[in-house]
Amino acid sequence: MSQAAIIGVGLHPFGRFPGVSAMDMGAHAVRLALADAGLSWSQIQGGYVGSLEVANPDAIVGRLGLTGVPLWGVFNGCATAGTALAKAARDIETGALDIAIAIGMDKHPRGAFAADPSVAGIPSWYGRTGMFLTTHFFGMKINRYMHDHGISERSLARVAAKNFRNASVNPNAWRRTPLTEEEILTSPVLNYPLRQYMYCGPDEGAAAVVLCRADRARQFTSTPVRILAGELRSRRLGAFEVNTPALPLLDGGTASPTVDASRAAYEKAGLGPEDVDIAQLQDTDAGSEIIHLAENGLCKDGEQEGLLAEGATELGGRLPVNTDGGLLGNGEPIGASGLRQIHELVLQLRATAGTRQVPGTPRVAYAHLYGAPGVSSVTILST
Amino acid sequence: MTETTVVAEGLFTWPAEEPRLIGSECSACGLLAFPAAVQCLRCFATHMQERLLSPRGTLWTFTTQGFRPPSPPYDGNDAADFRPYALGYVLLPEGILVEGRLTEADPANLRIGQPMRLVVIPYTHGGEGSSILTFAFAPDTGEQR
Repeated sequence: MSQAAIIGVGLHPFGRFPGVSAMDMGAHAVRLALADAGLSWSQIQGGYVGSLEVANPDAIVGRLGLTGVPLWGVFNGCATAGTALAKAARDIETGALDIAIAIGMDKHPRGAFAADPSVAGIPSWYGRTGMFLTTHFFGMKINRYMHDHGISERSLARVAAKNFRNASVNPNAWRRTPLTEEEILTSPVLNYPLRQYMYCGPDEGAAAVVLCRADRARQFTSTPVRILAGELRSRRLGAFEVNTPALPLLDGGTASPTVDASRAAYEKAGLGPEDVDIAQLQDTDAGSEIIHLAENGLCKDGEQEGLLAEGATELGGRLPVNTDGGLLGNGEPIGASGLRQIHELVLQLRATAGTRQVPGTPRVAYAHLYGAPGVSSVTILST
Repeated sequence: MTETTVVAEGLFTWPAEEPRLIGSECSACGLLAFPAAVQCLRCFATHMQERLLSPRGTLWTFTTQGFRPPSPPYDGNDAADFRPYALGYVLLPEGILVEGRLTEADPANLRIGQPMRLVVIPYTHGGEGSSILTFAFAPDTGEQR
Protein backbone atom coordinates (compact mmCIF):
# COMPACT_ATOMS: atom_id res chain seq x y z
CA MET A 1 0.00 0.00 0.00
CA SER A 2 1.22 3.46 -0.88
CA GLN A 3 0.51 6.48 1.23
CA ALA A 4 -1.16 9.60 -0.16
CA ALA A 5 0.33 13.07 0.20
CA ILE A 6 -1.14 16.49 -0.48
CA ILE A 7 0.97 18.45 -2.96
CA GLY A 8 -1.39 21.27 -3.86
CA VAL A 9 -4.26 23.22 -2.29
CA GLY A 10 -6.50 25.92 -3.72
CA LEU A 11 -9.41 27.89 -2.34
CA HIS A 12 -11.93 30.34 -3.73
CA PRO A 13 -12.79 32.78 -0.91
CA PHE A 14 -15.93 31.96 1.09
CA GLY A 15 -18.77 34.49 1.27
CA ARG A 16 -21.26 36.00 -1.15
CA PHE A 17 -20.30 36.41 -4.81
CA PRO A 18 -23.27 37.60 -6.88
CA GLY A 19 -23.05 36.47 -10.48
CA VAL A 20 -20.34 33.87 -9.86
CA SER A 21 -21.53 30.28 -10.16
CA ALA A 22 -20.49 27.50 -7.82
CA MET A 23 -18.83 25.76 -10.73
CA ASP A 24 -16.78 28.82 -11.63
CA MET A 25 -15.63 29.01 -8.02
CA GLY A 26 -14.77 25.33 -8.15
CA ALA A 27 -12.75 25.74 -11.33
CA HIS A 28 -10.92 28.70 -9.77
CA ALA A 29 -10.00 26.59 -6.75
CA VAL A 30 -8.81 23.73 -8.97
CA ARG A 31 -6.56 26.05 -10.98
CA LEU A 32 -5.02 27.37 -7.77
CA ALA A 33 -4.46 23.85 -6.45
CA LEU A 34 -2.89 22.74 -9.72
CA ALA A 35 -0.62 25.79 -9.78
CA ASP A 36 0.32 25.10 -6.15
CA ALA A 37 1.33 21.55 -7.14
CA GLY A 38 2.98 22.64 -10.38
CA LEU A 39 0.69 20.37 -12.39
CA SER A 40 -1.64 20.79 -15.32
CA TRP A 41 -5.23 19.48 -15.44
CA SER A 42 -4.15 16.88 -18.00
CA GLN A 43 -2.00 15.19 -15.34
CA ILE A 44 -4.97 14.52 -13.01
CA GLN A 45 -5.79 10.82 -13.35
CA GLY A 46 -9.04 10.82 -11.37
CA GLY A 47 -10.84 12.32 -8.44
CA TYR A 48 -13.96 13.11 -6.46
CA VAL A 49 -16.16 16.19 -6.48
CA GLY A 50 -18.89 17.10 -3.99
CA SER A 51 -21.69 19.65 -3.91
CA LEU A 52 -25.19 20.08 -2.54
CA GLU A 53 -26.46 22.68 -4.98
CA VAL A 54 -24.68 21.58 -8.18
CA ALA A 55 -26.67 18.63 -9.49
CA ASN A 56 -23.91 17.46 -11.85
CA PRO A 57 -20.66 18.44 -10.15
CA ASP A 58 -18.61 16.35 -12.59
CA ALA A 59 -19.65 18.87 -15.26
CA ILE A 60 -16.80 21.00 -13.91
CA VAL A 61 -14.63 19.27 -16.53
CA GLY A 62 -16.34 21.66 -18.97
CA ARG A 63 -14.44 24.47 -17.24
CA LEU A 64 -11.11 22.69 -16.90
CA GLY A 65 -10.50 20.52 -19.94
CA LEU A 66 -12.22 17.54 -21.52
CA THR A 67 -9.62 14.89 -20.82
CA GLY A 68 -12.05 12.08 -20.09
CA VAL A 69 -10.80 11.93 -16.50
CA PRO A 70 -12.96 9.79 -14.17
CA LEU A 71 -14.42 12.37 -11.77
CA TRP A 72 -16.78 10.78 -9.27
CA GLY A 73 -19.57 12.77 -7.65
CA VAL A 74 -19.98 12.26 -3.89
CA PHE A 75 -22.32 13.59 -1.21
CA ASN A 76 -22.50 13.03 2.56
CA GLY A 77 -24.14 16.24 3.76
CA CYS A 78 -21.76 18.45 5.71
CA ALA A 79 -19.16 15.65 5.65
CA THR A 80 -19.05 15.62 1.84
CA ALA A 81 -15.55 17.03 1.52
CA GLY A 82 -14.21 14.44 3.93
CA THR A 83 -15.57 11.77 1.63
CA ALA A 84 -14.03 13.36 -1.48
CA LEU A 85 -10.60 13.55 0.14
CA ALA A 86 -10.73 10.11 1.76
CA LYS A 87 -11.75 8.41 -1.48
CA ALA A 88 -9.07 10.20 -3.48
CA ALA A 89 -6.47 9.22 -0.88
CA ARG A 90 -7.73 5.66 -0.91
CA ASP A 91 -7.35 5.43 -4.69
CA ILE A 92 -3.72 6.42 -4.29
CA GLU A 93 -3.15 4.01 -1.40
CA THR A 94 -4.48 1.10 -3.43
CA GLY A 95 -2.41 2.05 -6.45
CA ALA A 96 -5.43 2.77 -8.64
CA LEU A 97 -4.17 6.34 -9.19
CA ASP A 98 -0.85 8.12 -8.84
CA ILE A 99 -2.24 11.66 -8.98
CA ALA A 100 -5.77 12.52 -7.86
CA ILE A 101 -7.91 15.51 -6.96
CA ALA A 102 -10.67 16.27 -4.45
CA ILE A 103 -12.99 19.18 -5.24
CA GLY A 104 -15.82 20.84 -3.29
CA MET A 105 -18.04 23.74 -4.31
CA ASP A 106 -21.37 25.23 -3.30
CA LYS A 107 -23.52 28.31 -3.50
CA HIS A 108 -26.41 28.35 -1.05
CA PRO A 109 -29.28 30.79 -0.75
CA ARG A 110 -29.47 32.85 2.45
CA GLY A 111 -31.00 31.50 5.64
CA ALA A 112 -31.42 28.13 7.27
CA PHE A 113 -31.33 25.14 4.96
CA ALA A 114 -34.82 24.27 3.74
CA ALA A 115 -35.76 20.96 2.22
CA ASP A 116 -38.56 18.45 2.12
CA PRO A 117 -38.16 15.98 5.00
CA SER A 118 -38.35 13.11 2.52
CA VAL A 119 -34.80 13.90 1.37
CA ALA A 120 -33.66 12.64 4.77
CA GLY A 121 -36.15 9.81 5.06
CA ILE A 122 -38.31 11.75 7.53
CA PRO A 123 -42.14 11.80 7.51
CA SER A 124 -43.78 14.97 6.24
CA TRP A 125 -45.56 15.79 9.54
CA TYR A 126 -42.14 16.38 11.10
CA GLY A 127 -41.48 19.23 8.68
CA ARG A 128 -45.04 20.57 8.64
CA THR A 129 -45.03 21.02 12.42
CA GLY A 130 -41.78 22.99 12.43
CA MET A 131 -39.29 20.33 13.52
CA PHE A 132 -37.31 19.65 10.31
CA LEU A 133 -34.50 22.09 11.06
CA THR A 134 -30.90 21.38 11.89
CA THR A 135 -30.44 24.47 14.05
CA HIS A 136 -32.73 23.48 16.91
CA PHE A 137 -30.94 20.15 17.25
CA PHE A 138 -27.74 22.00 18.04
CA GLY A 139 -29.56 24.03 20.69
CA MET A 140 -30.90 20.86 22.29
CA LYS A 141 -27.61 18.97 22.19
CA ILE A 142 -25.57 21.76 23.77
CA ASN A 143 -28.31 22.54 26.32
CA ARG A 144 -28.10 18.97 27.63
CA TYR A 145 -24.29 18.98 27.39
CA MET A 146 -24.01 22.21 29.41
CA HIS A 147 -26.37 20.75 32.02
CA ASP A 148 -24.36 17.51 32.29
CA HIS A 149 -20.83 18.93 32.14
CA GLY A 150 -20.97 22.41 33.65
CA ILE A 151 -20.32 24.43 30.50
CA SER A 152 -21.24 28.13 30.74
CA GLU A 153 -22.73 30.54 28.23
CA ARG A 154 -19.45 32.46 28.54
CA SER A 155 -17.67 29.50 26.97
CA LEU A 156 -20.04 29.59 24.01
CA ALA A 157 -19.15 33.26 23.55
CA ARG A 158 -15.43 32.54 23.89
CA VAL A 159 -15.57 30.04 21.03
CA ALA A 160 -17.48 32.40 18.75
CA ALA A 161 -15.24 35.38 19.58
CA LYS A 162 -12.14 33.30 18.89
CA ASN A 163 -13.35 32.10 15.52
CA PHE A 164 -14.42 35.57 14.37
CA ARG A 165 -11.06 36.92 15.61
CA ASN A 166 -9.23 34.27 13.59
CA ALA A 167 -11.39 35.04 10.55
CA SER A 168 -10.51 38.73 10.86
CA VAL A 169 -6.91 37.89 9.89
CA ASN A 170 -7.91 35.49 7.12
CA PRO A 171 -8.45 37.34 3.81
CA ASN A 172 -10.40 34.35 2.42
CA ALA A 173 -12.95 34.36 5.27
CA TRP A 174 -16.51 35.69 5.12
CA ARG A 175 -17.14 37.16 8.61
CA ARG A 176 -14.02 39.24 9.10
CA THR A 177 -15.32 41.68 11.73
CA PRO A 178 -14.26 40.65 15.22
CA LEU A 179 -17.06 40.52 17.80
CA THR A 180 -16.68 40.92 21.55
CA GLU A 181 -18.02 38.25 23.89
CA GLU A 182 -20.55 40.83 25.12
CA GLU A 183 -21.79 41.49 21.59
CA ILE A 184 -22.17 37.75 21.10
CA LEU A 185 -23.95 37.27 24.43
CA THR A 186 -26.46 40.03 23.69
CA SER A 187 -27.34 38.93 20.15
CA PRO A 188 -30.83 37.43 19.71
CA VAL A 189 -31.46 33.87 20.88
CA LEU A 190 -32.16 31.69 17.85
CA ASN A 191 -32.33 28.30 19.54
CA TYR A 192 -31.83 28.53 23.29
CA PRO A 193 -29.08 28.72 24.52
CA LEU A 194 -27.56 29.50 21.11
CA ARG A 195 -27.61 33.07 19.83
CA GLN A 196 -27.32 34.62 16.40
CA TYR A 197 -23.58 35.22 16.57
CA MET A 198 -22.95 31.66 17.76
CA TYR A 199 -24.12 30.17 14.43
CA CYS A 200 -22.49 29.79 11.06
CA GLY A 201 -24.50 30.57 7.97
CA PRO A 202 -24.75 28.88 4.58
CA ASP A 203 -22.74 30.77 1.94
CA GLU A 204 -20.64 30.24 -1.17
CA GLY A 205 -17.15 29.03 -1.93
CA ALA A 206 -14.95 26.25 -3.27
CA ALA A 207 -11.75 24.42 -2.47
CA ALA A 208 -9.59 21.75 -4.11
CA VAL A 209 -6.77 19.48 -3.01
CA VAL A 210 -4.28 17.66 -5.27
CA LEU A 211 -2.79 14.41 -4.00
CA CYS A 212 -0.15 12.00 -5.20
CA ARG A 213 1.78 8.97 -4.00
CA ALA A 214 3.79 10.06 -0.97
CA ASP A 215 6.93 8.40 -2.32
CA ARG A 216 6.77 10.67 -5.37
CA ALA A 217 5.55 13.83 -3.64
CA ARG A 218 8.95 15.50 -3.48
CA GLN A 219 9.02 15.68 -7.27
CA PHE A 220 6.32 18.31 -6.91
CA THR A 221 6.86 20.04 -3.56
CA SER A 222 9.41 20.38 -0.80
CA THR A 223 6.61 20.34 1.78
CA PRO A 224 4.29 17.38 1.14
CA VAL A 225 1.61 16.68 3.74
CA ARG A 226 0.83 13.02 4.25
CA ILE A 227 -2.71 11.76 4.76
CA LEU A 228 -2.47 9.34 7.67
CA ALA A 229 -6.19 8.59 7.89
CA GLY A 230 -9.53 9.49 6.37
CA GLU A 231 -12.52 7.84 8.00
CA LEU A 232 -16.28 8.27 7.81
CA ARG A 233 -18.97 6.82 10.06
CA SER A 234 -22.76 6.94 10.02
CA ARG A 235 -24.75 6.90 13.25
CA ARG A 236 -25.28 3.88 15.45
CA LEU A 237 -28.40 3.04 17.45
CA GLY A 238 -28.71 5.42 20.38
CA ALA A 239 -26.84 8.34 18.82
CA PHE A 240 -28.60 11.64 19.56
CA GLU A 241 -28.84 13.13 16.09
CA VAL A 242 -30.31 15.74 13.83
CA ASN A 243 -33.78 14.97 12.43
CA THR A 244 -34.60 12.08 14.75
CA PRO A 245 -38.24 11.99 15.89
CA ALA A 246 -37.39 9.43 18.57
CA LEU A 247 -34.51 7.24 19.72
CA PRO A 248 -33.78 4.77 22.50
CA LEU A 249 -31.73 6.29 25.32
CA LEU A 250 -28.65 4.08 25.57
CA ASP A 251 -25.49 4.82 27.59
CA GLY A 252 -26.76 8.29 28.46
CA GLY A 253 -27.07 9.28 24.81
CA THR A 254 -23.30 9.39 24.29
CA ALA A 255 -23.05 7.31 21.10
CA SER A 256 -21.82 9.51 18.28
CA PRO A 257 -20.59 9.02 14.73
CA THR A 258 -17.87 11.55 15.54
CA VAL A 259 -16.53 9.35 18.35
CA ASP A 260 -16.60 6.35 16.02
CA ALA A 261 -14.91 8.11 13.10
CA SER A 262 -12.34 9.66 15.42
CA ARG A 263 -11.34 6.37 17.04
CA ALA A 264 -11.06 4.69 13.66
CA ALA A 265 -8.89 7.53 12.33
CA TYR A 266 -6.54 7.49 15.32
CA GLU A 267 -6.16 3.75 14.96
CA LYS A 268 -5.44 3.98 11.22
CA ALA A 269 -2.96 6.81 11.78
CA GLY A 270 -1.27 4.97 14.62
CA LEU A 271 -1.37 7.92 16.97
CA GLY A 272 -3.62 9.45 19.61
CA PRO A 273 -5.24 12.72 20.58
CA GLU A 274 -2.14 13.71 22.56
CA ASP A 275 -0.19 13.84 19.28
CA VAL A 276 -2.49 16.39 17.61
CA ASP A 277 -0.87 19.83 17.27
CA ILE A 278 -3.67 21.72 15.50
CA ALA A 279 -7.31 20.94 14.72
CA GLN A 280 -10.25 21.94 12.58
CA LEU A 281 -13.56 20.94 14.17
CA GLN A 282 -17.08 21.29 12.76
CA ASP A 283 -18.35 24.48 14.40
CA THR A 284 -21.82 24.74 12.90
CA ASP A 285 -22.38 26.63 16.15
CA ALA A 286 -20.22 27.51 19.11
CA GLY A 287 -21.66 24.64 21.12
CA SER A 288 -20.68 22.13 18.47
CA GLU A 289 -17.01 23.11 18.71
CA ILE A 290 -17.16 22.54 22.48
CA ILE A 291 -18.81 19.14 22.17
CA HIS A 292 -16.55 18.09 19.30
CA LEU A 293 -13.41 18.83 21.31
CA ALA A 294 -14.43 15.99 23.61
CA GLU A 295 -16.00 13.69 21.01
CA ASN A 296 -12.72 13.78 19.07
CA GLY A 297 -10.77 12.84 22.19
CA LEU A 298 -8.99 16.20 22.43
CA CYS A 299 -10.22 16.73 26.01
CA LYS A 300 -12.56 15.14 28.53
CA ASP A 301 -16.19 16.18 28.90
CA GLY A 302 -16.31 19.37 30.93
CA GLU A 303 -12.63 20.28 30.54
CA GLN A 304 -13.57 22.72 27.79
CA GLU A 305 -14.62 25.28 30.39
CA GLY A 306 -11.05 25.56 31.68
CA LEU A 307 -9.36 25.14 28.31
CA LEU A 308 -11.32 28.02 26.80
CA ALA A 309 -10.75 30.26 29.83
CA GLU A 310 -6.99 29.75 29.54
CA GLY A 311 -6.99 30.27 25.77
CA ALA A 312 -5.76 26.77 24.92
CA THR A 313 -7.55 26.75 21.57
CA GLU A 314 -6.42 30.23 20.48
CA LEU A 315 -3.81 30.75 17.74
CA GLY A 316 -1.07 30.84 20.38
CA GLY A 317 -2.54 28.14 22.62
CA ARG A 318 -1.38 24.58 23.03
CA LEU A 319 -4.11 23.20 20.74
CA PRO A 320 -5.19 25.86 18.21
CA VAL A 321 -8.68 25.09 16.85
CA ASN A 322 -10.25 26.55 13.71
CA THR A 323 -7.35 28.88 13.03
CA ASP A 324 -8.90 30.26 9.83
CA GLY A 325 -12.16 31.13 11.59
CA GLY A 326 -13.85 27.77 11.12
CA LEU A 327 -17.42 27.59 9.90
CA LEU A 328 -18.39 30.53 12.09
CA GLY A 329 -15.94 32.78 10.30
CA ASN A 330 -16.17 31.27 6.83
CA GLY A 331 -19.77 30.14 6.57
CA GLU A 332 -20.60 26.75 5.14
CA PRO A 333 -20.72 25.97 1.44
CA ILE A 334 -21.41 22.33 2.23
CA GLY A 335 -19.44 20.63 -0.53
CA ALA A 336 -16.37 22.81 0.03
CA SER A 337 -16.30 23.27 3.79
CA GLY A 338 -14.13 20.29 4.66
CA LEU A 339 -11.58 21.06 1.96
CA ARG A 340 -11.31 24.58 3.37
CA GLN A 341 -10.29 22.89 6.62
CA ILE A 342 -7.63 20.88 4.78
CA HIS A 343 -6.42 24.00 2.92
CA GLU A 344 -5.87 25.77 6.24
CA LEU A 345 -4.17 22.80 7.90
CA VAL A 346 -1.80 22.38 4.94
CA LEU A 347 -0.83 26.07 5.13
CA GLN A 348 -0.22 25.71 8.87
CA LEU A 349 1.86 22.53 8.44
CA ARG A 350 3.88 24.27 5.73
CA ALA A 351 4.29 27.29 8.08
CA THR A 352 2.88 29.58 5.40
CA ALA A 353 -0.30 30.76 7.15
CA GLY A 354 0.96 34.32 7.52
CA THR A 355 -0.37 36.42 10.39
CA ARG A 356 -2.41 33.50 11.71
CA GLN A 357 0.49 31.02 11.63
CA VAL A 358 0.56 29.09 14.88
CA PRO A 359 3.86 29.13 16.79
CA GLY A 360 6.19 26.15 16.97
CA THR A 361 6.33 23.50 14.29
CA PRO A 362 2.97 21.75 14.05
CA ARG A 363 3.44 18.23 12.68
CA VAL A 364 0.09 16.48 13.18
CA ALA A 365 -3.15 18.12 12.07
CA TYR A 366 -6.73 16.93 12.56
CA ALA A 367 -9.88 17.75 10.58
CA HIS A 368 -13.43 16.82 11.60
CA LEU A 369 -16.78 17.22 9.87
CA TYR A 370 -20.25 16.45 11.16
CA GLY A 371 -23.49 16.53 9.23
CA ALA A 372 -27.12 15.54 9.17
CA PRO A 373 -28.57 13.05 9.75
CA GLY A 374 -25.62 11.81 11.78
CA VAL A 375 -22.48 11.30 9.72
CA SER A 376 -18.94 12.30 10.62
CA SER A 377 -15.61 12.25 8.89
CA VAL A 378 -12.14 12.63 10.35
CA THR A 379 -8.91 13.26 8.45
CA ILE A 380 -5.47 13.15 10.07
CA LEU A 381 -2.53 14.81 8.32
CA SER A 382 1.16 14.93 9.09
CA THR A 383 4.28 16.48 7.63
CA MET B 1 -67.30 24.22 16.96
CA THR B 2 -64.13 24.44 14.86
CA GLU B 3 -63.51 21.51 12.59
CA THR B 4 -60.21 19.77 13.27
CA THR B 5 -57.95 17.38 11.40
CA VAL B 6 -54.80 15.61 12.54
CA VAL B 7 -51.45 16.34 10.89
CA ALA B 8 -50.95 12.63 10.15
CA GLU B 9 -52.92 9.46 10.71
CA GLY B 10 -51.35 6.78 12.87
CA LEU B 11 -49.27 9.22 14.90
CA PHE B 12 -51.33 9.50 18.09
CA THR B 13 -54.66 8.24 19.35
CA TRP B 14 -57.39 10.79 18.68
CA PRO B 15 -59.94 11.73 19.70
CA ALA B 16 -58.97 10.56 23.17
CA GLU B 17 -59.29 11.87 26.70
CA GLU B 18 -55.67 10.96 27.32
CA PRO B 19 -53.97 10.77 23.89
CA ARG B 20 -51.06 8.38 23.38
CA LEU B 21 -48.34 8.26 20.77
CA ILE B 22 -48.58 5.25 18.47
CA GLY B 23 -45.21 3.52 18.27
CA SER B 24 -44.09 0.03 17.43
CA GLU B 25 -42.32 -2.75 19.29
CA CYS B 26 -40.04 -5.29 17.68
CA SER B 27 -41.52 -8.76 18.14
CA ALA B 28 -38.04 -10.28 18.27
CA CYS B 29 -35.99 -7.98 20.54
CA GLY B 30 -38.52 -5.54 21.99
CA LEU B 31 -36.95 -2.32 20.71
CA LEU B 32 -39.46 0.51 20.58
CA ALA B 33 -39.76 2.96 17.70
CA PHE B 34 -41.71 6.13 17.08
CA PRO B 35 -43.28 6.73 14.67
CA ALA B 36 -44.10 3.07 14.08
CA ALA B 37 -41.36 1.35 12.08
CA VAL B 38 -41.46 -1.55 9.65
CA GLN B 39 -37.98 -2.84 10.51
CA CYS B 40 -36.09 -3.02 13.78
CA LEU B 41 -32.93 -0.88 13.80
CA ARG B 42 -31.31 -3.12 16.43
CA CYS B 43 -31.96 -6.72 15.33
CA PHE B 44 -33.22 -6.00 11.78
CA ALA B 45 -36.35 -8.10 12.23
CA THR B 46 -39.32 -7.01 10.15
CA HIS B 47 -42.14 -8.14 12.41
CA MET B 48 -43.30 -5.19 14.48
CA GLN B 49 -46.43 -4.75 16.55
CA GLU B 50 -48.22 -1.56 17.52
CA ARG B 51 -47.37 -0.20 20.92
CA LEU B 52 -48.93 2.84 22.58
CA LEU B 53 -46.29 4.88 24.41
CA SER B 54 -46.58 6.26 27.92
CA PRO B 55 -48.27 9.65 28.03
CA ARG B 56 -45.89 10.98 30.72
CA GLY B 57 -42.15 11.42 31.01
CA THR B 58 -39.42 13.87 31.91
CA LEU B 59 -37.80 16.64 29.90
CA TRP B 60 -34.39 15.38 28.69
CA THR B 61 -33.40 18.54 26.82
CA PHE B 62 -35.07 21.50 25.15
CA THR B 63 -34.51 24.55 23.00
CA THR B 64 -36.49 27.37 21.45
CA GLN B 65 -37.29 28.06 17.82
CA GLY B 66 -36.66 31.79 17.63
CA PHE B 67 -37.26 32.28 13.93
CA ARG B 68 -39.97 30.99 11.62
CA PRO B 69 -38.82 27.72 10.04
CA PRO B 70 -38.43 27.70 6.26
CA SER B 71 -41.84 27.17 4.70
CA PRO B 72 -42.32 24.75 3.08
CA PRO B 73 -41.96 22.31 4.70
CA TYR B 74 -43.30 24.24 7.74
CA ASP B 75 -46.98 25.00 7.25
CA GLY B 76 -47.79 27.06 10.32
CA ASN B 77 -50.10 29.90 9.29
CA ASP B 78 -48.05 32.45 11.21
CA ALA B 79 -46.07 34.18 8.44
CA ALA B 80 -47.28 37.55 9.71
CA ASP B 81 -47.26 36.92 13.43
CA PHE B 82 -44.74 34.14 14.17
CA ARG B 83 -44.23 33.57 17.86
CA PRO B 84 -41.24 31.53 19.03
CA TYR B 85 -42.06 28.11 20.39
CA ALA B 86 -40.04 25.54 22.28
CA LEU B 87 -39.11 21.98 21.40
CA GLY B 88 -37.70 19.21 23.47
CA TYR B 89 -36.99 15.54 23.89
CA VAL B 90 -39.04 13.82 26.56
CA LEU B 91 -37.74 10.63 28.14
CA LEU B 92 -40.59 8.15 28.52
CA PRO B 93 -40.45 5.42 31.18
CA GLU B 94 -39.92 2.83 28.43
CA GLY B 95 -36.46 4.35 27.79
CA ILE B 96 -37.30 6.12 24.54
CA LEU B 97 -36.65 9.81 23.85
CA VAL B 98 -39.40 11.46 21.81
CA GLU B 99 -39.06 14.85 20.18
CA GLY B 100 -41.99 17.23 20.21
CA ARG B 101 -43.11 20.79 20.45
CA LEU B 102 -43.61 22.09 23.97
CA THR B 103 -46.59 24.13 25.09
CA GLU B 104 -44.34 26.35 27.23
CA ALA B 105 -42.31 28.71 25.02
CA ASP B 106 -40.23 30.51 27.65
CA PRO B 107 -36.95 28.69 28.42
CA ALA B 108 -36.91 30.36 31.83
CA ASN B 109 -39.93 28.24 32.73
CA LEU B 110 -38.37 24.98 31.56
CA ARG B 111 -35.77 22.80 33.24
CA ILE B 112 -34.16 19.53 32.33
CA GLY B 113 -35.73 16.70 34.32
CA GLN B 114 -39.15 18.25 34.88
CA PRO B 115 -42.25 16.07 34.45
CA MET B 116 -44.05 16.40 31.11
CA ARG B 117 -47.23 14.94 29.66
CA LEU B 118 -48.51 14.41 26.15
CA VAL B 119 -51.18 16.76 24.82
CA VAL B 120 -52.72 17.37 21.41
CA ILE B 121 -52.74 20.98 20.22
CA PRO B 122 -53.75 22.93 17.14
CA TYR B 123 -50.61 24.28 15.46
CA THR B 124 -52.03 25.76 12.27
CA HIS B 125 -55.22 26.21 10.27
CA GLY B 126 -56.38 24.34 7.23
CA GLY B 127 -58.98 25.71 4.86
CA GLU B 128 -62.28 27.23 6.13
CA GLY B 129 -60.77 28.04 9.51
CA SER B 130 -60.33 24.43 10.56
CA SER B 131 -57.49 23.58 12.94
CA ILE B 132 -54.76 21.05 12.26
CA LEU B 133 -53.71 19.10 15.35
CA THR B 134 -50.35 17.69 16.34
CA PHE B 135 -48.91 16.21 19.51
CA ALA B 136 -46.89 18.24 21.99
CA PHE B 137 -45.60 17.98 25.52
CA ALA B 138 -46.85 20.16 28.37
CA PRO B 139 -45.32 20.65 31.82
CA ASP B 140 -47.02 18.08 34.06
CA THR B 141 -48.12 19.79 37.23
CA GLY B 142 -49.71 16.61 38.50
CA GLU B 143 -53.07 18.37 38.64
CA GLN B 144 -56.19 17.33 36.81
CA ARG B 145 -56.15 18.38 33.20
